[in-house]
Amino acid sequence: MGYLFPTLLVSSTSLATVVGLYLLFTGQGESFNVGKFLAESSPYAWALVGVGLCVGLSVMGAAWGIFVTGASILGGGVRAPRIRTKNLISIIFCEVVAIYGVIMAIIFSSKINGDVDNLYTTGNYYTGFALFWGGLAVGVCNLLCGVSVGITGSTAALADAADPQLFVKILIIEIFGSILGLFGLIVGLLVSSKAEEFA
Amino acid sequence: MEALGFNMSAGFLEGVVRGYKGALLTQANYHNLTQYFRLQLSSTDYGNFLANEPLPLSTATIADKATEKLVAEFSYIRTNAVEPLATFMDYITYAYMIDNVILLTLGTLHERDTHELLERCHPLGVFDTMPALCVATNVEELYHSVLVETPLAPYFRDCLSAQDLDDLNIEIIRNSLYKSYLEDFHSFCQTLPAPTSEIMTRILAFEADRRTLNITINSFGTELSKDQRARLFPTIGRLYPEGNNALARADDVDSVIAAVDHIAEYKSFFDKAGVSSGAGANGAEEASSSLEDEFFKHDVELNKQSFLQQFQYAVFYSFVKLKEQEVRNLTWIAECIAQDAKDRVNDYISVF
Repeated sequence: MGYLFPTLLVSSTSLATVVGLYLLFTGQGESFNVGKFLAESSPYAWALVGVGLCVGLSVMGAAWGIFVTGASILGGGVRAPRIRTKNLISIIFCEVVAIYGVIMAIIFSSKINGDVDNLYTTGNYYTGFALFWGGLAVGVCNLLCGVSVGITGSTAALADAADPQLFVKILIIEIFGSILGLFGLIVGLLVSSKAEEFA
Repeated sequence: MEALGFNMSAGFLEGVVRGYKGALLTQANYHNLTQYFRLQLSSTDYGNFLANEPLPLSTATIADKATEKLVAEFSYIRTNAVEPLATFMDYITYAYMIDNVILLTLGTLHERDTHELLERCHPLGVFDTMPALCVATNVEELYHSVLVETPLAPYFRDCLSAQDLDDLNIEIIRNSLYKSYLEDFHSFCQTLPAPTSEIMTRILAFEADRRTLNITINSFGTELSKDQRARLFPTIGRLYPEGNNALARADDVDSVIAAVDHIAEYKSFFDKAGVSSGAGANGAEEASSSLEDEFFKHDVELNKQSFLQQFQYAVFYSFVKLKEQEVRNLTWIAECIAQDAKDRVNDYISVF
């Protein structure tokens, strides 16, 4: 786990450098062109990747939170079985994060239809990019929200097992954590409400 | 960052061990225990663990049964553990192995009965070749016939220079084994991620310093040379290196106090224990026992603190140590009641 991130960073940077230098020295330097890439890639691709990231990252966050909380509830429940029902609420908080992602993915995908004459218009570009970045914003917000709720939920379970009075106090912190995902949802809604359907 | 992945392998066990910790006896439990021992124990987590024992109960039975409970809980966690927690828990048992090795060799030296000795060994430190320890007559033999198979073998390297097994040499072996063990455990903990390594460093540093101070104080007036003494000091802890150097040169308790002067906690132990060279031989002995109590209290305090952080392995170590302290407390209270020494019954070290 500890070495994964640096390894990925180093290998991806060196790969990008090698490819870039290859293109440069073989006289194809101009094919590395960000503007051309943005202009020529299909707005459909952007929109669909956005929908995928939205639901995928949200589910990942929810799953992560549930396993962190769940493991602690199981462990704490061995000696204090009374915590099991109360702490289901932490699991539900994590689950809600995935539901946010699904709702946003449904809203985003309602903008996508397959019946278009000229794809490369300003309106379609806007819709494509709005859905991509909106989806990414919702996804990342929900991923981090799920992780934060999960870790707080695990602490809530263990604290409840040790001292029942602590449960409500930690639950309040958990609620604040779960609101973070809502911020992503609101921004995603605002961004996508301006985007017209593909035409 | 540790919180992200910790629960994958150890989340369940952490929950379980915190549950066990919640069942440790509290101040109120102890207070009731000192009044009505057996009646009160059945209302705690121990339940009726003494139910099948024949009357009258001996203190040894109570200690054995309580230790059995500790061992049962430990082995439940150990069997469910995966790496690196499994190795971490194995390291906890090595300390008990060292004690068992020393107990058996000392017993053999004084020609005690082997079976009786094996029964007295701590069950957490049991290993397969243990009975063979009783036949060893010198260090070389001890190493080659018994210990080479055990995880203690690497720790033994420093002791091979000693030839005969006599009381002093066994004591030297014990301390140098412990020194190597602490250093090894410490370096293992450094490979673990942040909260574990920080907390374990704190606990092991105190353990090392406690041993250093004890070795120094106990070596006064024995034939242990200063050079030999310095070699027994663990090279970790808050006293290392300059405190250790000062202790290596120390001749009396006053110079020990001067050596620990810059660490406020340790200094306060000596102040509270009232150790000074002015006291007579009798007073010094009493003072060193209360110094030991101060060390235990601080140890308990450190172990309690390790429960304040989640997603780390130190809780497993601390639980074993706190439970061990609880067994000591129970034994102390039972012993005091058995010997009708009601005035000393409150000298236990309450955990929570």
